[in-house]
Amino acid sequence: MGHGEAGTAGQGQDMLQLITDKGVRVSHPELDPYIADVTDEELVKLYEDMVVVRRIDTEATALQRQGELALWPPLLGQEASQIGSARALRPDDFVFSSYRENGVAYCRGVDLTDLIRVWRGNASSGWDPYEINMATPQIIIGAQTLHATGYALGIQQDGADSAAVAYFGDGATSEGDVNEAMVFAASFQVPVIFFCQNNHWAISEPVGLQSHIPLAGRAAGFGIPSMRVDGNDVLAVLAATRWALERARSGGGPSFIEAVTYRMGPHTTADDPTRYRDANELEDWRAKDPIARVAALLEASGALTPAMEEQIAAAADGVAKDLRAGCLGLVDPEPEAVFAHVYATPNSWLERQQEHYSRYLAGFSADTTEGSN
Amino acid sequence: MSTMTFGRAINAGLRKAMEDDPKVLLMGEDIGKLGGVFRITDGLQKDFGAHRVIDTPLAEAAIMGTAVGLAYRGFRPVCEIQFDGFIYPGFDQIVCQVAKLHYRTQGRVKMPITIRVPFGGGIGSPEHHSESPEAYFTHTSGLRVVAVSNPQDAYTMIRQAIACDDPVLYFEPKRRYHTKGEVEEGGALSLAPSMESARTVAAGTDVTLVTYGPLVSTALDAATAAADDGVSIEVIDLRSLAPVDYAVVEASVRRTGRLVITHEAAQSGGLGAEIAASITERCFNFLEAAPVRVTGFDIPYPASKLEKHHLPDLDRILDGVDRALGRPNSQSGLEG
Ligand SMILES: Cc1ncc(C[n+]2csc(CCOP(=O)(O)OP(=O)(O)O)c2C)c(N)n1
Ligand SMILES: [Mg+2]
Repeated sequence: MGHGEAGTAGQGQDMLQLITDKGVRVSHPELDPYIADVTDEELVKLYEDMVVVRRIDTEATALQRQGELALWPPLLGQEASQIGSARALRPDDFVFSSYRENGVAYCRGVDLTDLIRVWRGNASSGWDPYEINMATPQIIIGAQTLHATGYALGIQQDGADSAAVAYFGDGATSEGDVNEAMVFAASFQVPVIFFCQNNHWAISEPVGLQSHIPLAGRAAGFGIPSMRVDGNDVLAVLAATRWALERARSGGGPSFIEAVTYRMGPHTTADDPTRYRDANELEDWRAKDPIARVAALLEASGALTPAMEEQIAAAADGVAKDLRAGCLGLVDPEPEAVFAHVYATPNSWLERQQEHYSRYLAGFSADTTEGSN
Repeated sequence: MSTMTFGRAINAGLRKAMEDDPKVLLMGEDIGKLGGVFRITDGLQKDFGAHRVIDTPLAEAAIMGTAVGLAYRGFRPVCEIQFDGFIYPGFDQIVCQVAKLHYRTQGRVKMPITIRVPFGGGIGSPEHHSESPEAYFTHTSGLRVVAVSNPQDAYTMIRQAIACDDPVLYFEPKRRYHTKGEVEEGGALSLAPSMESARTVAAGTDVTLVTYGPLVSTALDAATAAADDGVSIEVIDLRSLAPVDYAVVEASVRRTGRLVITHEAAQSGGLGAEIAASITERCFNFLEAAPVRVTGFDIPYPASKLEKHHLPDLDRILDGVDRALGRPNSQSGLEG
């Protein structure tokens, strides 16, 4: 199983699919066994997750446009990659992600307000990593793949059967950290999954600038089995992740998954993709929408009715409303927070600076009192 | 109490830390069977197993980055960087992750990582094997930086560094690895002097001479030589470079009125500049003369046959002392 073992070095790697662009269920011998137990009801749940996550993304984008968030990195188009993979995980697996995996965080059970805390500028991290077993998202491209590998080494030392999952982009595959992570992971055979969302763009740079072969093909060079799946196909992604998890849990070592998807929005709300990409490309990908195809499949079988779709849309609106309320309700941090937690133990340099700054700030309130006299 | 070399003292400290806490593990290049290129980890893999003394592939960013992941899971990794000049591939992970994760996560994720760095010159090596990169790290908030100067401190401070919940850069003066000293092993860390404290290693009244790591013994030699000349030098071993224990330095300068700082690292933007500025701010009115720096030059580390010109030695330190005292010196006539 997996292309790495076949020694094809990434040449001619097929992209595996279970649901076509048009919403037709096709079978694939490698993937089918991994999702044989998925019922229509469960597929509807995955559909619902994707709808909700897209709605969160739309709301956050709107909040940025309205000046309530400083920045937002949309995941529009990548819902199947994120939901399909994250829903395969157990609570005791640990996720190390980039800034874009808000759909993954949603599946991990993140508090909605914690999802936007960083983007409103209130804090440098949103949630307690140990509450949802997901690290603070990484901004340094690719750095988290090493953290996942180290964490997986810890899992191995502890004799546990959980896995660490590193989410990263196509651009990240060029970073030294990602390559070093694969060297270490292979060398120590640790239970880590390298989950690469190839959304075709790294800001303005097309994936072709990063690699001349399919990204999944890179893994073979490290001796890591890989799969290349349609990242807009939630079932295929779920199946591939289960394949990788099974390997991790049974001492099989690292796996690499390339989820081929598309960033339908800008890189972030500060970006203008019209400067570097063809509008036709976006139209082509719109026809491969991850949500529409599952809806088509479920509608055809009668598992999803218009009434259910309405209900799900309403639930998503409710989530968006909560997100907005949480965002607007965030209280600005106090000045002392600027010094908090630089060190875990007392530090004389910082204590002195903090003390001087408190005096400085106190001077303002003294002035105010004087002025009012 | 037993006599042991500097290198052996670090080894004994590592061993004790590993015995005390099963979450402590060592990682680095050639640290297993070989015991490290300086043999500091000699015998530890044999006694603790390859899972706790880990030979890693050759990738410093990965050593640091996987240490971060291990810390996330509650381990206390001790990473060996083979030589000072090879720390730079790991720089990003140290500066952006190791140093900042505690702050970034508002104290939720601790990074009790110790980074051992053999540093400094004087061993006649080619480029990249003799550097003093400490200022890069003292300039990075979130890190603690220490430099040890004798076997007892080497033993105690490696244990303290590992037990510390903050990341610690532990600089080892590689040219002193074979120096012998008395070491009291065991002992509760709570009874040892704080890792953050400086130590006055020679009392004096005329000049305060501040240094750390390999130059502490050179500074002591300088103090002995100056005494013959009627000059009384107080020598302070900083031990901690970030933060610096300014209380000790300041108290000394208030008495002597004169400050000389010496280190092997280049001058500009170095620790000497920071100490001179901080002491000037704290006790300007007690200074009888401008602080003097005796340091390596602002050059890439030179070829080994030239390093004697680069490294501060006893005579250059004494020349600096003369400058601080306003006695005839190599720069006489240029001041002002
Ligand atoms: C080390 C580093 N270099 C550059 C950047 C600036 N940057 C932010 S996102 C990005 C593109 C990343 O592309 P990719 O890995 O494909 O992830 P995507 O944004 O598409 O999810 C760049 C260059 C950064 N954050 N970190
Ligand atoms: Mg990308």
